[in-house]
Amino acid sequence: MSTLVATRDLALAAEFIALEADLLDTRDYAAWLALWVPEGKYVVPVNPDETNFEDTLNYAYDDAAMRSMRVRRLTSGESMSAAHAARTLRSVSRFRLLGHTEQGELQVRSAQQLIEYKFDRHRTYVANVEWVLRREGESFRIVRKVVRLLNGGDALAGITFLP
Amino acid sequence: MTRDYSALVKDDRVHTALYTDPAIFEDEIDRIVNTTWVWVAHDSELPNKNDWITTHVGRQPVIVNRDKAGTVRVMLNRCRHRGATICEAKKGNAPGFVCPYHAWTYGTDGTLKGLPLPKGYKDFDKGDYTLVNLRAESYRGLIFATFNQDAPPLEEFLGRARPWIDLFLKQGGGYPVKVLGEHKFTFPGNWKIQLENTTDAYHFPIVHKSFLSSLDGDTGELFSFMDAGGYVEDLGNGHSVMVMIPELVDLEENLDEPIPERFAELADELRAEHSEDEVRRIVRAVTGSGFNVNLFPNLACSMAFFRVLRPLSVEETEVRHIAIGMDGGPAAANRARLRLHEHFQGPMGFGTPDDAEAWERVQRGSQAGEDSVWIMLNRGEDKTESNAGDVTAETGMRAAYQMWKRMMTA
Repeated sequence: MSTLVATRDLALAAEFIALEADLLDTRDYAAWLALWVPEGKYVVPVNPDETNFEDTLNYAYDDAAMRSMRVRRLTSGESMSAAHAARTLRSVSRFRLLGHTEQGELQVRSAQQLIEYKFDRHRTYVANVEWVLRREGESFRIVRKVVRLLNGGDALAGITFLP
Repeated sequence: MTRDYSALVKDDRVHTALYTDPAIFEDEIDRIVNTTWVWVAHDSELPNKNDWITTHVGRQPVIVNRDKAGTVRVMLNRCRHRGATICEAKKGNAPGFVCPYHAWTYGTDGTLKGLPLPKGYKDFDKGDYTLVNLRAESYRGLIFATFNQDAPPLEEFLGRARPWIDLFLKQGGGYPVKVLGEHKFTFPGNWKIQLENTTDAYHFPIVHKSFLSSLDGDTGELFSFMDAGGYVEDLGNGHSVMVMIPELVDLEENLDEPIPERFAELADELRAEHSEDEVRRIVRAVTGSGFNVNLFPNLACSMAFFRVLRPLSVEETEVRHIAIGMDGGPAAANRARLRLHEHFQGPMGFGTPDDAEAWERVQRGSQAGEDSVWIMLNRGEDKTESNAGDVTAETGMRAAYQMWKRMMTA
């Protein structure tokens, strides 16, 4: 692949990842759900170096059904923590094109610095995020998003948003 | 000023200062955490000789290991020279421990084996510098430690909770129980708020409505246990059991009942390598037990996981939700258990964040009316003796606070 194409791919991916971040920060969960391919997996592993998500414990290991139940939980008003959900602001940066899958999907790694605000305090969640993105027109759909929290193996707190 | 602790705990209520007073917290560390049996690990975390993990007893860092002779030990994670922690990793396997500061080297039993330039010391006896060993005892793979050489034997301390632990471990489905991983989180609140919660069925349909809404019909029915014959029983020494789903008390009973529809796929997968009897036993065990055993002060055998408390300060508590599965059992069953754990537990579970929010709200509320508003524990008071079928009785909380009073006034 030419450098020019790779640069263009990465720029488009960065734009898409920024869009995803904005949808989550503005809690537009319906639009967020629409970014996914049906077989897509959203993973937040406990161990930041984990490779076998299926046989290990994760914070989230979501297929389409779990994603949609998770969104319902956050928006239904039935959850006392989600009813007073933290406000979040995330910066995404350090985009790197790692390669392509056999199906031609982009493999990208980015940095994410997320700050939540609730009950008069800020909390920080910093993560490496790995993406598999399938081209769809000028944009993408998410095949896989793995959020590797730097402190995933240690104590977190109740999370009322989607990292 | 020393408080009169017997006046702060009444039969049916406790004083708010138990959540807010840093001096009370310090006394709790001395008189409870550093005095009684505290759960530190499960056998499956130390399968081999020379395996070790790091954890805490209260605020004190410890190493839990299986020494080269196979004995489980709990030792302070602190070099006897200048006091550095010896291990900072979460786990490992090593024939000994070397302090990284000056390379004092200890055997797996904690004895000092060697040190650089020993001639620099006058009259040095290595026998004086063994790592501090706590008393450690196990019951059915549950490893506890205490600083108190005079504490009663562990089995006596567990007392009437033991048969419930035995029942709980049946969720191995014919295999030993094994730790599969854990979720760990803190909440800004007193540890006893969480201790209460493990024996509080009353909150479940309220706080966990969003979890209940996410379940399929059959599972939802299983978790609708407000009026399903459950009960709470005081087991002595601050321990209690809350039975939410009576038909899941003994997982080795009713094995000839039909396999629920939601497990049909799992059962089919298991049939490839297991007899029909084994399949039924594994499937019945896969969702865990229908009760919580609350062990004072820091462990609960809670339906399908271990809940471990660690008080950090008067208003900060660490909670671990340790996922367990079948050691050597089918991968499909353990995967099912992992997914069930992820569904409810942990910082992103459908249950835990709502619990954590409720507990934090209790702590925030404790700033109001400290002397006028007490924490009520009187629900089901009239049913304590008979355990007359009220799963929402606050019997378990009363049991824990009476033990608290006994230890704090001893």
